[in-house]
Amino acid sequence: MRQVAIYGKGGIGKSTTTQNLTAGLAEMGKHIMIVGCDPKADSTRLVLGGLAQKTVLDTLRDEGDDIELDAVLKEGYGKIKGVESGGPEPGVGCAGRGIITSINLLEQLGAYTDDLDYVFYDVLGDVVCGGFAMPIREGKAREIYIVCSGEMMALYAANNISKGITKYAKTGGVRLGGLICNSRKVDKEQDLVEAVAAKIGTYMIHFVPRDNAVQRAEIRKRTVIDFSPDEPQADEYRALARKVDSNEMFVIPNPMKIDELEEILMQYGVMD
Amino acid sequence: MLELTPKEIMENRHMTINPCKTCEPVGAMFCALGAEKCMPHSHGSQGCCSYHRTVLSRHFKEPAIASSSSFTEGASVFGGRSNITTAVKNVFDIYKPDIMAIHTTCLSETIGDDVGSYIVDMEVPEGKTVLYASTPSYEGSHIQGFSNMMIGFMKYMTKKTGTPNGKVAIFPGWVNPGDDRELKRIAELMGANYIYFPDHDGTLDHPMDGKNEYFHDNAGTKAKDIEAMGDCEKLISMGIYCSLEPSEYLKKEYKVPFSNIPVPVGVKLTDQYILELQKFTKKEVPKELEDERGRLVDLMLDSHQYVYQKKAAIYGDPDIVYGFTALCLELGMTPRYIITGTPKAHWEKEIKALMDQYGVDESEYVVKADTDLFYLHQLIKNESVDILLGSSYGKQIAKAEDIPLVRMGFPVLDRYGNPIQATVGYAGAIRYTEKIVDAMMDRKDRDAADEDFDVVM
Repeated sequence: MRQVAIYGKGGIGKSTTTQNLTAGLAEMGKHIMIVGCDPKADSTRLVLGGLAQKTVLDTLRDEGDDIELDAVLKEGYGKIKGVESGGPEPGVGCAGRGIITSINLLEQLGAYTDDLDYVFYDVLGDVVCGGFAMPIREGKAREIYIVCSGEMMALYAANNISKGITKYAKTGGVRLGGLICNSRKVDKEQDLVEAVAAKIGTYMIHFVPRDNAVQRAEIRKRTVIDFSPDEPQADEYRALARKVDSNEMFVIPNPMKIDELEEILMQYGVMD
Repeated sequence: MLELTPKEIMENRHMTINPCKTCEPVGAMFCALGAEKCMPHSHGSQGCCSYHRTVLSRHFKEPAIASSSSFTEGASVFGGRSNITTAVKNVFDIYKPDIMAIHTTCLSETIGDDVGSYIVDMEVPEGKTVLYASTPSYEGSHIQGFSNMMIGFMKYMTKKTGTPNGKVAIFPGWVNPGDDRELKRIAELMGANYIYFPDHDGTLDHPMDGKNEYFHDNAGTKAKDIEAMGDCEKLISMGIYCSLEPSEYLKKEYKVPFSNIPVPVGVKLTDQYILELQKFTKKEVPKELEDERGRLVDLMLDSHQYVYQKKAAIYGDPDIVYGFTALCLELGMTPRYIITGTPKAHWEKEIKALMDQYGVDESEYVVKADTDLFYLHQLIKNESVDILLGSSYGKQIAKAEDIPLVRMGFPVLDRYGNPIQATVGYAGAIRYTEKIVDAMMDRKDRDAADEDFDVVM
């Protein structure tokens, strides 16, 4: 069982990329579970066709500790299983603790069955505190992919996340598998992301171009591969799935200092 | 003091009043004090650690040592890595234990401190062990903390060499040092070669020897024995809630088969313990034990008229309450209310199965897990009982309702001499039969009219 965590700056398209990627893997016949680690609980919307199930934490709040796995785990496109950890209302409580609680609970309930080929953790934003590092702690996700674009803040975040990975690399055995560029049509985007990736010690595993097919499918609460399998964008996600499946480059990242990062941005970002 | 407790029981009460449990780290700390030269360490702020030590000291009437990571605001923002690293260095320098058993607290759990990875990065002196267990107190109870810490010890220390050591491992669950001595005595009488873990005999009831030392020699389970548990041929573990998860861990990791039996309180459950030992040793039960059993049964018969059909309310930790419910049934008493604060709903089914064995209908008793002593008091207000069996925290109910209380389980904070004597085994059952019968007879004497006040009873 490969356990994979997807990190990246907020709004960069982690959930969209994760679900389209898993749809690609499911097409290859893989058994997959997605664990959404975002209080917004939208990490499984496209594979389950809407906000289908109650989150782990909502169920815990309403029904107490005695919950059944069926109540929180639903199956969707390509038999992909989806769980949402959920979280408190904005401005209340501790979302990080929520992630720890729900992942522990999933383990207790036996969600991690042997027939799974992949478990994907879709984690919100930065690794802001101990709770959001839960998926990369001991015995959990071994490989991380960072979704980013050529925008400055996305690369800042990618660099920051690398720091988190480095911290847990020694003890938890977690490795960076690569950067996924979710294009924002920034100038020289591919070159820039490749350069940053090289500097961190990894590589850009795939360049996902910007295409409205994604939005069209999202409105229908489906992945591109599910809604419009013949679109070129669907092939892009299939390519990403193949690359992730055959990926062999797992590294302990070497995060940059802020000056170094600024330098690279200047080199590629400033047009003459 | 509790005269204002209302009779009406509220269905959805979103608060606990007079709890019947305490927090996970108390159990973790207690468990750790059952290993030789082990310093329990509380990874959190100082208040947690002080409270846990206090509860243990007040029950055992002995010092309970433990160190703390001493979290301040800084540690709660930046994480407790530097605190724990400094603490481990200081504790080994100053107190020189062999083992440091770290447990977490609510604060370190909430901020998501990954103690496991901190330990990997630490410099631990040669030959010493640092281990940890996760004990967030917002789930479970002290019983869960105890169970988690047992797994913590095994995770970091137990090994399997592949050569069986011919020993049986014994997990007593949460019992007093007096019980440890009794359980070991029975195992020895049965001729068993055993590893007993955790063992508080001598750590939390150390004899007065005039010495002032942090750690006592030959007290607590030895590190080499904890290591060797992976090579044991069999495990006998007592109590579902204290010992089942650790037993499953030992089976899963080291393929040691186990029998999980109830904590041996009373005749039948002690028989069960002895039979489990016999399955391993294949030896005859010695006359000494048979005689003890005979004396217990004789005592029960002699005093039967004073306890027959007396209604009892039994409260406390799930495993010990199960044992005492069995003892009461053997004595011909009627367990009326059976209560635990530990949030394990399945326990209610186990009590029901026990009551079924004695043909007691569900309508004749109330069993409830995850509740408090306020609820018990309300039940008693509606229909009183003849005797209370449980911790010191029931004494206000006993006074308010004028019911005799026999103290058992944890914590007994207001009496002396309890933890150094046995509750388990035939000896423990003799002791508690006497206590229960005494309580009933004292009450009878107190309330007797002059013409009924007999010298011979």
